[in-house]
Amino acid sequence: MRDERADGVASVEAVFREEHGRLLAALVRRFGDLDLAEEVTSEAIEAALARWPVDGVPPKPGAWLMTTARRRAVDRLRRDQALAARLAMLRVEAERAEPPPAQDADGGLPDERLQLFFTCAHPALAAEDRGALMLRCLAGLSTPEVARAFLVPPETMAKRITRAKKKIRAARIPFRVPGADELPGRLPGVLQVVYSIFTEGYVASSGPRLQRLDLAEEAIRLGRILRRLLPAEREVAGLLGLMLLVHARRDARSGPDGEVVLLDEQDRARWDRGMIAEGRDLVAVALTGGPPGPYGVQAAIAALHDESVSLDTTDWPQIVALYDVLLALVPSPIVALNRAVAVAMRDGPEAGLALLDELAGEPRLRGYHPYPAARADLLSRVGRFSEAAAAYRQALELAGTEPERAHLRRRLDAIED
Amino acid sequence: MKYMLLIQAGEVAENGEAAESDFGAWVAYDKAVKDAGIFVSGESLADLVTATMVRVSPDGERTVTDGPFAETREVLGGFYVIDVPDLDAALDWAARCPGALGSGSVVVRPVADFGV
Repeated sequence: MRDERADGVASVEAVFREEHGRLLAALVRRFGDLDLAEEVTSEAIEAALARWPVDGVPPKPGAWLMTTARRRAVDRLRRDQALAARLAMLRVEAERAEPPPAQDADGGLPDERLQLFFTCAHPALAAEDRGALMLRCLAGLSTPEVARAFLVPPETMAKRITRAKKKIRAARIPFRVPGADELPGRLPGVLQVVYSIFTEGYVASSGPRLQRLDLAEEAIRLGRILRRLLPAEREVAGLLGLMLLVHARRDARSGPDGEVVLLDEQDRARWDRGMIAEGRDLVAVALTGGPPGPYGVQAAIAALHDESVSLDTTDWPQIVALYDVLLALVPSPIVALNRAVAVAMRDGPEAGLALLDELAGEPRLRGYHPYPAARADLLSRVGRFSEAAAAYRQALELAGTEPERAHLRRRLDAIED
Repeated sequence: MKYMLLIQAGEVAENGEAAESDFGAWVAYDKAVKDAGIFVSGESLADLVTATMVRVSPDGERTVTDGPFAETREVLGGFYVIDVPDLDAALDWAARCPGALGSGSVVVRPVADFGV
């Protein structure tokens, strides 16, 4: 028997995940304090969970939540004079830095989430804490949910989030959107945090089926919010496009036992066509109207893979050309490795191997299992099986997750037969 | 809000002076800090060879030693305390400081506020 009330509550909570970030951001803007804003945001949502199933959902749910939260905050400040004094002081200082925001004319909630994105991704915070904070504040995940998503104990995550919030408060990391002159310097940091949440989900979701939140989907949700907030930023479109175009292959990228299935062996019929179409439109936005950024280029590469019916019919010359552009934007040995693999597809395995050999001394590729794995694949394609086997064994020693190891073992077995 | 900018010299020359220093740049920076109306205090410290270390043991015995010398790679060369609205403003001033260039660095520490 279904518990209808529990279903109702769950769906209300899902609605609140969207409202949570908006409400929190608006309250942070108003009171200048993340802890207070979080406290009264949760209280307002709890009140709604108790009242709405009984009284019905109010005509303006967002305004109801905001009014409730604001009242709680005012009560709290009446009780806690020291906090009130500190926040009043903060407000004076904040206004010294920039004028107060214009009031929204129609009384609706102005979307203040962008400033919260910049606060959560602030370079003064520890890199590992930025994603956690973003999931907590902007994706509306509870601390235990964030902990589960990153596979760390809840107490560890609670400590990390508390530490990050303490730094925001005590060092006074501002809640503000950087000005136009600073934006090019700061936006990549925000995109990096969203993308690292995505890749974390991508790596982890290949593990044995764990009951955990889908970080890739949370990252896409954050990407969609950012896209709405910064419609003119082409790299935001590029990032969202990239995530959608990669995530479109999610059902095809693991086998029945959870092992990794690489692009060359994926069942392309299982790719999500709707997601691909949406991603492709975003690539068009990302690559139009100026020089492309790294996310736009990576999205374009992903789109070329997604559009081809097989590995052989993939437009490898175009992919190599895009990797050339990417390598100029991001001179990293990992990009060079991916480029070498694309060159091997365009010009044959020998050409790819020659490029991989040039990368042999790269310190950043030492310990990076895709490097020996790519070499092993190319070596086996030119019939140098004993060298290929050695490279697969090296990759096996370095690979972190069991599904990756299962894939490598399968390839090793295939050439040893 | 007050922040202290701790100016760490990276490489220290034989004579104990910071290896890289451009006097003109420091004069210009000092003027900029004061013109902006954010200056609270600031000093440049004398060479490390002039430093003396004092320790007091639990039984009250005082030990005075020459130094410390540059065992650590970074040596405190001076500081500013500035009063600016938030960390971003403090980081901007730290980035403009000549001490942040080359092998040097500037550590930004909020000054503890124990309430009024």
